[in-house]
Amino acid sequence: MAKSSDQNKAFGWAANDKSGVLSPFHFSRRENGDNDVTVKILFCGVCHSDLHTIKNDWGFSHYPIIPGHEIVGIATKVGKNVTKFKEGDRVGVGVIIGSCQSCESCNQDLENYCPQLVYTYNSRSFDGTRNQGGYSDKIVVDQRFVLSFPDGLPSDSGAPLLCAGITVYSPMKYYGMTEEKGKHLGVSGLGGLGHIAVKIGKAFGLKVTVISRSSEKESEAIDRLGADSFLVTTDAQKMKDAIGTMDFVLDTVSAEHSLLPLFSLLKVNGKLVALGLPEKPLELPIFPLVLGRKMVGGSQIGGMKETQEMLDFCAKHSIVADIELIKISDINSAMDRLAKSDVRYRFVIDVANSINSA
Amino acid sequence: MQRLGEKYQSVEAFGWAARDSSGHLSPFVFSRRETGEEEVRVKVLYCGLCHSDLHCLKNEWHSSIYPLVPGHEIVGEVTEIGRKVSKFSIGDKIGVGCIVDSCRACESCREDQENYCTKSVATYNGVHYDGTVNYGGYSDHIVVDERYAVKIPHTLPLASAAPLLCAGISMYSPMKYFGLAGPGKHIGIVGLGGLGHIGVRFAKAFGSKVTVVSSTAGKSKDALEIFGADGFLVSTDEDQMQAAMGTMDGIIDTVSASHPILPLIGLLKPSGKLVLLGATEKPFDLHAFSLILGRKSIAGSAIGGIKETQEMINFAAEHGIKAEIETISMEYVNTAMDRLAKGDVRYRFVIDIANTLAVTRS
Repeated sequence: MAKSSDQNKAFGWAANDKSGVLSPFHFSRRENGDNDVTVKILFCGVCHSDLHTIKNDWGFSHYPIIPGHEIVGIATKVGKNVTKFKEGDRVGVGVIIGSCQSCESCNQDLENYCPQLVYTYNSRSFDGTRNQGGYSDKIVVDQRFVLSFPDGLPSDSGAPLLCAGITVYSPMKYYGMTEEKGKHLGVSGLGGLGHIAVKIGKAFGLKVTVISRSSEKESEAIDRLGADSFLVTTDAQKMKDAIGTMDFVLDTVSAEHSLLPLFSLLKVNGKLVALGLPEKPLELPIFPLVLGRKMVGGSQIGGMKETQEMLDFCAKHSIVADIELIKISDINSAMDRLAKSDVRYRFVIDVANSINSA
Repeated sequence: MQRLGEKYQSVEAFGWAARDSSGHLSPFVFSRRETGEEEVRVKVLYCGLCHSDLHCLKNEWHSSIYPLVPGHEIVGEVTEIGRKVSKFSIGDKIGVGCIVDSCRACESCREDQENYCTKSVATYNGVHYDGTVNYGGYSDHIVVDERYAVKIPHTLPLASAAPLLCAGISMYSPMKYFGLAGPGKHIGIVGLGGLGHIGVRFAKAFGSKVTVVSSTAGKSKDALEIFGADGFLVSTDEDQMQAAMGTMDGIIDTVSASHPILPLIGLLKPSGKLVLLGATEKPFDLHAFSLILGRKSIAGSAIGGIKETQEMINFAAEHGIKAEIETISMEYVNTAMDRLAKGDVRYRFVIDIANTLAVTRS
């Protein structure tokens, strides 16, 4: 089924080893199958997971790797079984491009928890082909894993919603954060995920406190992003005053850090959702969990149905990412800056205008 | 609400206490306060031995106040009631569990979750609002505010009801709260000790499917034949554990010793919950990936509120659920503690206070 031919020549930027340095790379995509949509890529967000993967931080990278799973583009071809999309539609492709489509998770629209999940890049499809991501000119995807990009959602600043957006939206719904207005959410880490979490939290009527290591981002958190308050973790007195005040904490930090201070911020029955993907295990103190019936849970993106729901929600509430648009040729310096968290708050590659094949 | 203030401790009491962190118990004469307006005086009939008693006797949590009279699985008979008492009458059989007071004003207290009140007062080794240190149920009587006692229905045998006051509620509460109680749910119970064995009985009464996870292969027969578990996994058997991966809606982990939780997280289905009950001092290693890839969660739970404890007792009476106990005399208690430390008990010691305490007074 997956045949490549000259028509499907593709071009992107790939990393060849764990130095993570990206450079031009010629490859091909499969022919557009009956269930497929071919997407000419306009924009692709730069997710921290892209950086972790090209550096092999998690130990399962297989090179060469073209990263990128926050893809917005135009459908240029649709297979004969495709009903949801037509040529010319603006579409999105996120973190997953395949699943078994028959297990309990898939049947519940939770493809993201399917044990045979296929990631957009650094993965193999069922037919054995290596998948390459969105730092490239085109991609071919099964229609089930393609999203409709709503009118009113800009392609460039909307792109990061495809990973960062759903990554915070899904657990906010699942762990009950959106059921009651006025509940208090702490967002730990103000990066790609964190800044979108603040916006979505406010749209759900929550009180939002940003929790951060330094006060550097305080005025923008409050003035620009709309957070209600800002808590610096190194300020012992402020941390003490904030003990037991939060219903939920969303922890977006992937660097090594202690969970104990975050647990102390939670009220009884409070929930901490861990979204960051650290390299090493975190320390989990037990007493705070037991003495306050507190919880730490994980979450991974969301299913396709929920991702569409999230896009529609963000379009309705005018929620987009704060981005810095870059050319593909600047990707390596962008990655260096991302490693230092020097970005407000997501790089997005202007693929269509900067990628060109040799 | 009227606080007691400084009350003269005028009523003589007798029990067994440890004087230091050796944890060795011996006869101890002390006194209790007079019965307050909203309090009841309870002649202790039976008291269960909880592993927490052992931890506390040995000062493992670094907060023990000596002399220490443990015991928070107390069943007894009301002998005196304060003039404002409405819940109980003289002669009633009642139970007292792990807490005997709380602030009564915070959100937790107002929601009948006194167990999560940050100012809750422990039945033993806790400091009462009048400044006195609480002595627990290894004694001839106790005085307690009626709000913190529960009625024992006459259909429940008293000795085997005692462990419900701590072990029972510790298992019942998380099963209800985390949605694990009921047909169609598959619960794993880690550790088949005082808590675990009662947990199996509750889970089966709820209609849940139950698998016991234990490091002791020898407990398999009891788990399946006496307690009615549907399955038994030896936690050190990698093949068994592998075969059971992704099969459980929830797991209640009763083990307090440090142990790896990654294999337990592997047993959970997507969206499954691991509930930890053991108060372990050393932090566990949390592999964030294991929770993220499967939307799993880890939570803690500690006993239950008084209202829920009464609900649990009534449920136990209705379904004939009792602890599997070894009744002991007061003077056997130190040997019992040594055996408990080695896990050598099927499955809870209960002291026959009424018949064996007084005779130890020389």
